[in-house]
Amino acid sequence: MLYYIFRRILMMVPTLLVISFLTFLIVELPAGDYISNQIAALKSAGESSSVAKLEFLRHEFSLDRPFFERYLIWVGLWPGPHGLDGLIQGNWGWSFEFDKPVEEVVGPTLPLTIVLNFATILFVYVVSFPIGIFSATRQYSWGDYGFTFLGYFGLATPNFLLALILLYLFNRWFGLSVGGLMDPQYIDQPWSPEKAMSVLAHLIVPTIVIGTSGTAAMIRRLRANLLDELHKQYVTTGRAKGLKERNLLVKYPLRMAINPFIADIGNLIPSMVSGSVIVSVVMSLPTVGPVLVSALQSQDQFLSGFILLFVAILTLVGMLISDLLLAVLDPRIRLGGRAGT
Amino acid sequence: MSTDLNDKTPRVVEHYVDPEPFNPAVTEDMTEEQERFYQASQWKIMWWKFRRHKIAVWSGVVLILFYMCVPFAEVIAPYGANTRDSQFLYAPPQPIHLFHEGRLVGPFVYGMTSEVDMETLQWVFEDNTDEVQKIRFFCTSAPYEFWGLFDASFHLFCPAEGGTLFLLGTDRLGRDQFSGLVYGARLSLTVGLVGVTISIVLGLFFGGIAGYFGGIMDSAIQRMIEILRSLPELPLWMALSAALPVTWSPVWIYFGLTIILGLLDWPGLARAVRSKLLSLREEEYAKAAVLLGAKPKRVITRHLLPGFTSHIIASATLSIPSMILGETALSYLNLGLRRPAVSWGVLLNEAQNISVVTVYPWLMAPVIPIIIVVLAFNFLGDGLRDAADPYK
Repeated sequence: MLYYIFRRILMMVPTLLVISFLTFLIVELPAGDYISNQIAALKSAGESSSVAKLEFLRHEFSLDRPFFERYLIWVGLWPGPHGLDGLIQGNWGWSFEFDKPVEEVVGPTLPLTIVLNFATILFVYVVSFPIGIFSATRQYSWGDYGFTFLGYFGLATPNFLLALILLYLFNRWFGLSVGGLMDPQYIDQPWSPEKAMSVLAHLIVPTIVIGTSGTAAMIRRLRANLLDELHKQYVTTGRAKGLKERNLLVKYPLRMAINPFIADIGNLIPSMVSGSVIVSVVMSLPTVGPVLVSALQSQDQFLSGFILLFVAILTLVGMLISDLLLAVLDPRIRLGGRAGT
Repeated sequence: MSTDLNDKTPRVVEHYVDPEPFNPAVTEDMTEEQERFYQASQWKIMWWKFRRHKIAVWSGVVLILFYMCVPFAEVIAPYGANTRDSQFLYAPPQPIHLFHEGRLVGPFVYGMTSEVDMETLQWVFEDNTDEVQKIRFFCTSAPYEFWGLFDASFHLFCPAEGGTLFLLGTDRLGRDQFSGLVYGARLSLTVGLVGVTISIVLGLFFGGIAGYFGGIMDSAIQRMIEILRSLPELPLWMALSAALPVTWSPVWIYFGLTIILGLLDWPGLARAVRSKLLSLREEEYAKAAVLLGAKPKRVITRHLLPGFTSHIIASATLSIPSMILGETALSYLNLGLRRPAVSWGVLLNEAQNISVVTVYPWLMAPVIPIIIVVLAFNFLGDGLRDAADPYK
């Protein structure tokens, strides 16, 4: 098992390198950079006194170097003006827009981003699992039809529109601000049980909104998997031998059906993280989402680059966890290569 | 019983000969229906199978209706997409009535009187029930340039002379929401089609190479697909479209957007193409073609492609909604299309401020067509996917 974990984490390293390169490439795509744009603006305004300072900054952040060198400096594999000082060394860069280190800009939002995504995945597991089993074991019942119908709508309703609609309805009916992370009176207050409860209450709606489509997909998947297993002969044999229905279900078919279920959740993680970004913007949750949008709009390259990378890493870690879970459940993966799916 | 046993008279079994000539293939004979089935082409069978999926067929009809807005937006919309009416800012939707004071008038709307509420400084609109404004059909009103080719002023329906017809209200600048939706459909609905075309081309190319040649090529492309699939799409879309120069004209931004949407979508298709190719490559007819000396290009395009075209169409249909949503999300966040280009996302941009939406809920109107179209594409894709394998 340890060997498997080690190998799996080692495999992430090249992926991370490729992703960081892609991220840097995308962030650097727009012509110019934040500072050279400012210089141009200042020059056209006829102010040349502060240009020298900006030129100094350009050198300081090594924006005047060739692309590959900039990338390596950013990651921390190449000496910049201050020696090796990049992501690997723990320097996340400088945000030009806020005139602060990136760390201070995004730092407060990172825990909530992680909590929100984790809560969503947990929500998908907890809700889709019992409903999937229910739908499969009582196929063609009213409950099954109801959930299938709900699932179709959940799958098709885009999550940020759902967020918008819910936001409107809550505002209309209850005069309640669903947006934000806590009730206004707790902002800038020290942490207390009431404040924590308020945060939890505000997490419910976004979690449901982001998790709906994933949950719907998982219910359908688990139902199909389980139905395939339930019609196999060993189930009939078990029943003929007098096993209780409950034991029979939990001991055999469920174990077979749960593997693809967990593997699929891994595949859903990228779209959930995607969803969390835009839903956060719509509901103005203090996660990395809104910061990313403003950073992209003002071309604050180190800030947006870091957030993109962070979001990608979050996804990778999520997939890692789901792979490890799969390995715990399925000895074939732990011991041999990868199980054919 | 005992009488039967003691009955000694011999029984004569009647000898029966069928006068009909003997047909040795009698068990293999097919009914007319079966014959029709076996002689039909693959596409025909798929059509039969698809027709049985009622919801998918209806979704197709709904989509066709929506897509009528693409060529005929100018005719369907009563106003221009960017026409402002400064008399009616944030005017509420005008409901269509049929009866006025108990007698049938035909579809009409009541005129609106507007005044400023001095306390809240809001425009207040009230129905003026004396003023009946009959909706005209097949009429001429606001002039437009049809397809940018010639001037015309024909509309499917238009407001009464001197009257207004805001079916879904107006926005901050007095632009008609309904007309905006009709014009917006033009961009919102085609963005998915163009994006999917790009994604199909890329997916076929990479999937084809990986599946046909195998070996190092295959594993390299597989790794690439895995990495791309593990990235969250939307933040990348956002970053890429933020990279589009602001100076570009709306047309260029539109094409840039479709390329961005297609660029991240192909891995799924490529994977499907690859696995299908891998299995089809082992079929006898493909082997025969190779042994006869056909070049890889010919084998792929002539022998293997027809085997999975249907699958590709089905899975492409399923990825159109995510692209439509992608465009909507980007434009909503001000990162995609901007005025004067009109798409559903651009319209929804007006609804960004929730306190404005609470006062003027009709700004949310674009949500309805988006959800309908996305649902319809999902059902249609489901039906197509089931029909893609007609021999099952």
